[in-house]
Amino acid sequence: MQKTAAKSFPIERIRADFPILQTEMNGKPLVFLDSAASSQKPQQVLDTIEQYYEHDNANVHRGVYALSQRATDAFEAARKTMAAYINAPDEHEVIWVRGCTEGINLVASTYGQRFKTGDEIIVSHMEHHSNIVPWQMLCERTGAVLKVIPVLDNGELDMTAYKELLSERTVFVSVVHVSNALGTVNPVVEICNMAHEVGASVLIDGAQATPHGKVDVQAIGCDFYTFSGHKMCGPTGQGILWGKRALLESMPPYHGGGEMIDKVSFEGTTYNVIPFKFEAGTPNMAGAIGLAAAADYMTSLDLDSIEQYEADLLAYATAEMSKIEGLRVIGTASEKHSVLSFLVGDMHPYDLGTLLDKQGVAVRTGHHCCQPLMERFGIPGTVRASFAFYNTTEDVDRLVSATTRAVKMLS
Amino acid sequence: MTIAERQAEIIDEFEMFDDWMDKYEHIIELGKDLPLIDSAFKDEEHKIRGCQSQVWLHAAPEGEKLRFTADSDAIITKGLISLMVRVLDDQPATEIAKTELGFIEKIGLHEHLSPTRSNGLRSMVKQMKLYGIAQAAQQNAQANG
Repeated sequence: MQKTAAKSFPIERIRADFPILQTEMNGKPLVFLDSAASSQKPQQVLDTIEQYYEHDNANVHRGVYALSQRATDAFEAARKTMAAYINAPDEHEVIWVRGCTEGINLVASTYGQRFKTGDEIIVSHMEHHSNIVPWQMLCERTGAVLKVIPVLDNGELDMTAYKELLSERTVFVSVVHVSNALGTVNPVVEICNMAHEVGASVLIDGAQATPHGKVDVQAIGCDFYTFSGHKMCGPTGQGILWGKRALLESMPPYHGGGEMIDKVSFEGTTYNVIPFKFEAGTPNMAGAIGLAAAADYMTSLDLDSIEQYEADLLAYATAEMSKIEGLRVIGTASEKHSVLSFLVGDMHPYDLGTLLDKQGVAVRTGHHCCQPLMERFGIPGTVRASFAFYNTTEDVDRLVSATTRAVKMLS
Repeated sequence: MTIAERQAEIIDEFEMFDDWMDKYEHIIELGKDLPLIDSAFKDEEHKIRGCQSQVWLHAAPEGEKLRFTADSDAIITKGLISLMVRVLDDQPATEIAKTELGFIEKIGLHEHLSPTRSNGLRSMVKQMKLYGIAQAAQQNAQANG
């Protein structure tokens, strides 16, 4: 690992912010390498949530009393923070959703209503199930057809094939920014440009991008961007869907209920303006405020430094793990973020994962909700070590020694 | 040996391991030694789908007893399967139907039966008992018919 990045990054102070990193698993100091599934939370986020419930809790909007106003102010300030986090031009384009999955479902269910028989929706072969199934369901309802961008052997998208898939029939493209199973960073700017040339709109699934560095939706040029808060140090159950104002305004509502209406009568109901049109019911206020605290925390560490630190850590991990005989890395794209998926010989990921767990190393095994991708590589799954900015070279060393021991036991 | 006696034997056997590594090395060995299921039965019909690992289970009646063979794609799952088969194979269906497999917890491996592991093992135990219940019911019907 490059000494410079490691030196300037305040890793010891950062680790002290995460109470769970000081705990043990199976009697050994926890090495947490499953942040791609869900990240750990710093004390600052935990304190913010506790503070909210202790001092500011009341239902937001429409309250005439000071406490409700305070809750509303904090809630709407959180929206502004999240807009800034992804450089959205207008905070009213930021919709609170439960997570990335709900963001995709919202767009498929509402924007997708305009699709008709023969329209084509493009996803890629490396998508998480959450960016496949909502589109399949939409295709069943509308008669639209799902097209799939193939993945090359190194885990990059086949951009030539993508170009060939695009046509005047293409109405929508939905692609992952960073692959959760392989770590591949996709060329999202190019993907958006090419889709727009044929008049298709684009959604980018940013679940694995927002935890690892700067995301700028305007620079990407996408029409929708969605991500989950719990993967970027925020609480569970809260995420963001960002969309361009004109598109959001053209879409019918998603869920019906309170908050999303303008006027309700039995003769007919009119709907609220964005973002409220898409936010039926009492929102997850503590979640929103907690997520904004997470964004503030990460911004305070400097997102470029986080990205550089993690890139160095991944390079170190890849080099050290590759020394293990028979180990092959699944996903060797030229640009990757913080994911090391691997297999050793013909050993089953479940066996390796179980033996790593016994040594205090938490990794994820299996298909990572990407069954089509695993099938593409002809494997049952992988062992996936995923890193966050709170991991260290010592964590990598523990992974290497635990894997070495597991391999020896299974040989 | 009865089902209870076989469970007691396994608990005894595992008492000699005092760290996780010895225990898992033993399970891996058991997995390697498990007589393979007839390849004809390693099909979709006999597959018990797990999210993490797959299990194949075949049951055949032999008089009042049931014979089990099984396999898995993961060696640790396979080792645990071999223990299940050792306890329940060649036992009366009526006994299998009402048995409780407490030994897994006693030897400290109950985490592998947790639903979050989704390794097929939990469903396999359930399936073995279902075979026992079905076979016992059939024997009962024949006796009464």
